[in-house]
Amino acid sequence: MTLIDARSAGAGPDRPAAADPSLAIATAGLAKRFRGGQLAVDHIDLAVPVGSVYGFLGPNGSGKTTTIRMLLGLIHPSGGSFTVLGASGADGIDAALPRVGALVEGPAFYPFLTGRQNLARCDAADRTADLGTSRARIDHALEQVGLLAAADKRYRAYSLGMKQRLGIASGLLRPRDLMILDEPTNGLDPQGTREIRTLIRQIAAAGTTVFVSSHLLAEVEQICSHVGVMSTGRLVFQGTMADLRGRGERRIAIHTAEPDRAAKVLADLGLAGAGVAGQDVTAVLGEHAPEAINAELVRAGVPVAGLATVRPSLEDLFVQLTGEGFDVNG
Amino acid sequence: MSTDSAVQTGRPAVTAAPAPVRHWLRLLRSELRIVFVRPRNLAMLGVLAVAPVFLGFALWVNTPQPGAGGGNSGAAALIGQVAENGVFLALLAIFVLMTLILPLAIAVVSGDALAGEAGLGTLRTLLTVPAGRVRLLATKYVVIVIFSLVASALVAIVGLIMGALLFPIGPVTLLSGASVPLIDGLARLAMIVIYVATALAALGAIGIALSTFTQHALAVMATMLVVVVVSQILDAVSQVAVIHPYLPTHFWLAFDALLRTPIDWTQIWHGLASFAVYAVIFGAVAVARIRRANISS
Ligand SMILES: Nc1ncnc2c1ncn2[C@@H]1O[C@H](COP(=O)(O)OP(=O)(O)O)[C@@H](O)[C@H]1O
Ligand SMILES: [Mg+2]
Repeated sequence: MTLIDARSAGAGPDRPAAADPSLAIATAGLAKRFRGGQLAVDHIDLAVPVGSVYGFLGPNGSGKTTTIRMLLGLIHPSGGSFTVLGASGADGIDAALPRVGALVEGPAFYPFLTGRQNLARCDAADRTADLGTSRARIDHALEQVGLLAAADKRYRAYSLGMKQRLGIASGLLRPRDLMILDEPTNGLDPQGTREIRTLIRQIAAAGTTVFVSSHLLAEVEQICSHVGVMSTGRLVFQGTMADLRGRGERRIAIHTAEPDRAAKVLADLGLAGAGVAGQDVTAVLGEHAPEAINAELVRAGVPVAGLATVRPSLEDLFVQLTGEGFDVNG
Repeated sequence: MSTDSAVQTGRPAVTAAPAPVRHWLRLLRSELRIVFVRPRNLAMLGVLAVAPVFLGFALWVNTPQPGAGGGNSGAAALIGQVAENGVFLALLAIFVLMTLILPLAIAVVSGDALAGEAGLGTLRTLLTVPAGRVRLLATKYVVIVIFSLVASALVAIVGLIMGALLFPIGPVTLLSGASVPLIDGLARLAMIVIYVATALAALGAIGIALSTFTQHALAVMATMLVVVVVSQILDAVSQVAVIHPYLPTHFWLAFDALLRTPIDWTQIWHGLASFAVYAVIFGAVAVARIRRANISS
């Protein structure tokens, strides 16, 4: 996995997405311009490895749902190409969809039907599902998401968490190679969010590739092996979680009664980005050894009360990547 | 949340042997259930069933003179016949309800068909199953056709029952004056039900085409009612007689040809041809639209 800046990756709008069997989802220059004129998705090159749990992150309005709608053939791209489980393009994608479970933009069901009746309706629309096992498969899906007890309540009476889980259950009506879940934790309390995370872990453990979007990093960072970060329609980062963590520049932080002299020493040593805040001085560490810096400070007579190296938190990285406060608490 | 039950794996695909007809019948059943359990639609059918009852009582309390109204066509001719023969209550009910209530029922179901599903978000759920865009559209249109038949038959049957309870039943005196046996009269009533259902199904084709353009079911219903009312008004303005045969409602009440001897079949065939043309044109529009439509609700 390498870092890809969607703009510098040089994807021509019509370069075909590679039919690489190790990728569950691949896009090349995928773009969507709505009639309003604004680019909701700006030429992105997604690469979702088979077997990964891929977190598709970005603030609200950054183009996650629009991308997912294109991947599922619901809307037609304005440019670029995409491949999902080997099937390509809005017109060819139906061939792959029986192997894809999907929850788009939150659950959508008939309020006047029960949970079980709603799943039966989804199953009835499936032209390749096994007819004889419908009841058993519906019960199994309900059981997996913990809704068996509430199966005969009307959807209208479900809590938000139950609605989200029914949405996931509709994706579990048959074995899937890929689950695409758009903000499955949206609006849930911490307990509900934990339940969804547990469910996603189980789905992934069974060998299904999971593509899960969220505007909250904290909700998915524990379960993801890979992430893609969207910002105003562009894919500003794609890689493994380790790649993301490694992306932050290490900084050195010195606590001292004479911060200005310390800053001068750091600058003389060639450290960039030195900054003073009260009695704290920080600078980008780069290739310098912290112990050598300490020795230099002592030689210059700076009273060092504390010295540490810090990496930016994942949250900080997101703020840098998306250029705005990443909503941590919902 | 069960944490230990095994999650289905992605490996063995539970895929049935291709049985397109059985799978389609299953989808059709599901679509029929949605239409016929939806509380609003049941209320709608309730109104259709109650209307002939009211009509029957109104005429029973205030019994018109036989042949009253003096007209040889339209509601007036039918009203005059009801007191003599209850079968005419069914015909009168169809005639009266065709002006607005039956079209309204079709408008409601057509609006729900795609616009309503889009508004609810269930259209994206169905299409990602995948139900197949054209397959789903076709199934929904079949349901509209079935609903048209059920609605017209419901009005006729309730009308017939009320007619039998409140008025004499016997050999039917046709509008042309000849009398035919009761069984012949009932056969003509059945043909009228099918004719009216065909007219409504053609309206439903306009409706399902409109339904592909919006996610607001109400917008579809309102537009359809405007189409029906404007068409009926234009049909009544003799200055534009040249466009009358092309209006969608022009042949709706032409079924009175079935109440005469000899039956003027050309009028019936013209009507059916008009309905077929409307159904084909708007069906084609709907198919073209659904294939390209961006489902962004
Ligand atoms: N149907 C639509 N018509 C016009 N603009 C849209 C439509 N759907 C989404 N957008 C715009 O596209 C951008 C991306 O939206 P979306 O994909 O829903 O973002 P996210 O899912 O990341 O919150 C937003 O600016 C949104 O307003
Ligand atoms: Mg979204």
